[in-house]
Amino acid sequence: MAQASVTEARQSSWWHRNQQQLTPWLFLAPGILFFLFYVIFPIFQSFNLSLYEWDGLGQAEYVGLYNYEELYWDDAFYTSLKNNVIWLLLYLAAIPAGLFIALFLNQTVTGIRLYKSLFFFPFVISQVVVGLVFTWFYDPTFGILNVLLGAVGLPPINVLGDENWVTVGIIVAGLWPQTAYCMILYLTGLNAVDPEQIEAGRLDGAKGWRMLWYIIVPQLRPATFIAFVVTIIGALRSFDLISVMTNGGPFGASRVLSFYMFEVALSEYGFRMGYGAAIAVVLFLIMLAFIAYFLWSMYKEERAR
Amino acid sequence: MRSMLKTSVAAFAMLATAMGAANADGLTGNLKIFLDTSNPAPRATMEEMIAQFQEKNPDLTIETTVIDREAYKTQIRNFLTANAPDVATWYAANRMRPYVEAGLFEDVSDLWDGTDLGENLASTKGAMTIDGKQWGVPYTYYQWGVYYRKDIFDELGLSEPTTWEEEKANCQKIIDAGKKCYTIGTKFLWTAGGWFDYLNMRTNGFDFHMDLLTGKAKWTSDEVRQTFANWRELIDMGAFIDNHQTYSWQEALPFMVKGDAAAYLMGNFAVAPLREAGLSDDQIDFYQFVEINPDVELAEDAPTDTFHIPANAENKENAREFLKFVASADVQTWINDGKHLGQLPVNSKSSVDNDKFLEQGFEMLSSNSPGGVAQFFDRDAPAEMAKVAMEGLQEFMVKPDNLDKILARLDRAQERIYK
Repeated sequence: MAQASVTEARQSSWWHRNQQQLTPWLFLAPGILFFLFYVIFPIFQSFNLSLYEWDGLGQAEYVGLYNYEELYWDDAFYTSLKNNVIWLLLYLAAIPAGLFIALFLNQTVTGIRLYKSLFFFPFVISQVVVGLVFTWFYDPTFGILNVLLGAVGLPPINVLGDENWVTVGIIVAGLWPQTAYCMILYLTGLNAVDPEQIEAGRLDGAKGWRMLWYIIVPQLRPATFIAFVVTIIGALRSFDLISVMTNGGPFGASRVLSFYMFEVALSEYGFRMGYGAAIAVVLFLIMLAFIAYFLWSMYKEERAR
Repeated sequence: MRSMLKTSVAAFAMLATAMGAANADGLTGNLKIFLDTSNPAPRATMEEMIAQFQEKNPDLTIETTVIDREAYKTQIRNFLTANAPDVATWYAANRMRPYVEAGLFEDVSDLWDGTDLGENLASTKGAMTIDGKQWGVPYTYYQWGVYYRKDIFDELGLSEPTTWEEEKANCQKIIDAGKKCYTIGTKFLWTAGGWFDYLNMRTNGFDFHMDLLTGKAKWTSDEVRQTFANWRELIDMGAFIDNHQTYSWQEALPFMVKGDAAAYLMGNFAVAPLREAGLSDDQIDFYQFVEINPDVELAEDAPTDTFHIPANAENKENAREFLKFVASADVQTWINDGKHLGQLPVNSKSSVDNDKFLEQGFEMLSSNSPGGVAQFFDRDAPAEMAKVAMEGLQEFMVKPDNLDKILARLDRAQERIYK
């Protein structure tokens, strides 16, 4: 009896002593568990799977680095890699475009809320819908694009059927919502711009481009940083637009790594799990480089404060 | 009124006795059925058919799950291993091979060997056989062929061709009239596979075609090059609609409906949307793909849809009864008629519905395809090879000059895939 109460007292006092440290971990525990189980663990599982040849049904066969060796010889892999780079570069256009639209909309005029909503609208609708709308726009027979081209005397082009144009065509479709996203980030950023600094700049005779470049843009650094992060991640994981607009075609010219991975591992004609995992690992390493850079610059920023 | 009442009473009485009789040897226990017939019409047909089976076996607890056709193709891998139903729909030939080899389909040779059923289904026995055993039963198939605008042919004074020369001559006249000979949408690739199937089977015959798709013949062989040379004649003439690589097969239909293209090499399922788009049966007609090389026998594409019992099923006896039911002549007649699936029954004792295209197709498959019946490019070849190859076919149709590169690529893929 006495024994029990002593243990109880000891227990409750241990809890009391460490409550401050433990509570946050208790709250974090579900999140951490899910993150470990659904994010970290599968990453290592993919690494492991990429060393096997497996069709998802039978016995997995250990093949070492064979899948990577095959990637090295695979033309489709290089097409995907090249397209990923094109996506990365061209997608960044969303950042300046978003900035300029934000500057344009950052004024007090009647009905500005309506204009802001209209510009933001493409970000709200589903990527699938965006893809469909642009597919109709590009349609070589019935689409409005070729009508417009014809009006200014240019020959018609089949954007989604031409292996040289197709990736650019899809990226343009992707830029529509992505620009809206960057615009929102900058609009929020512009709210935080210090009016006194602008005032001071104006007294010193800055205006127009110089004002923008030396006074405003530096103050938008946090917004620019976030815009970079979301745009680069968005470019690297581009998938839905490609799936909807071209299904990777014509003859595989618009594939990117994520789509190619889906094709070989999970689509109707795929089921090469190991090979898909190898592609996923490559994509992961590319992303890791960017994420490491972002984390590092964020860390530097924090330290500087 | 009175007579109607009388008949319904009589019918009810008959039904009651029929049910009583069925009760005596009816099945008990459970039956879990997975279907990929997710389009509205086939779905309703299947549900009605299962309701009839239920009526015959009132003590049986039937649980039906209909899965979206595209999703089914990936889900089947999971449910066959983890949570197997007792009956599942799938496709014949190589498309069932991975599951047969992984031991996931039940051997149902007992339904075929020395039974009436096996005799009546003999035409598809080959497609259902792997390693000398049968792994399921077919419930429907449909012909492929050239569907064309009869009114355009009449206007230009053309008649149904039977030889390659006539085909090309017809096509030239159509092109001269400012139209395209064939509509096609290759965005999802398989439509190009249909063209290759026919050109290759007509140029080199059924056996060579099968050798190629099963990895025994090379893509860089002279035979295959001849097939592509024949194809190229049409491409160079401008026989196919422009920009077909951007369209799905449905999106290519309007070209034919509007009269910009005269014909479509397609499966019989193209008839329904053509009719819905406003073309009457006087305006559309059908002919068998023409002979190219007179030395080879005519062979046809006729994909077969099938029912299987998963190896992990729990109620295999009930499932066997259900397969027998589905394969029986009456049921096949009924599910395939124009009001239901609108396709051809496999059972030779079934009758074909009174529909112009079904009758022509049945006639063609039963008496004018001595070479054999193929399933279709992506069902006869392993899935992985089909994907790479069909992409090459699409590339060839857009850029015929790339042929050498494409064939070399396919040879390489072949070496990897069939080992």
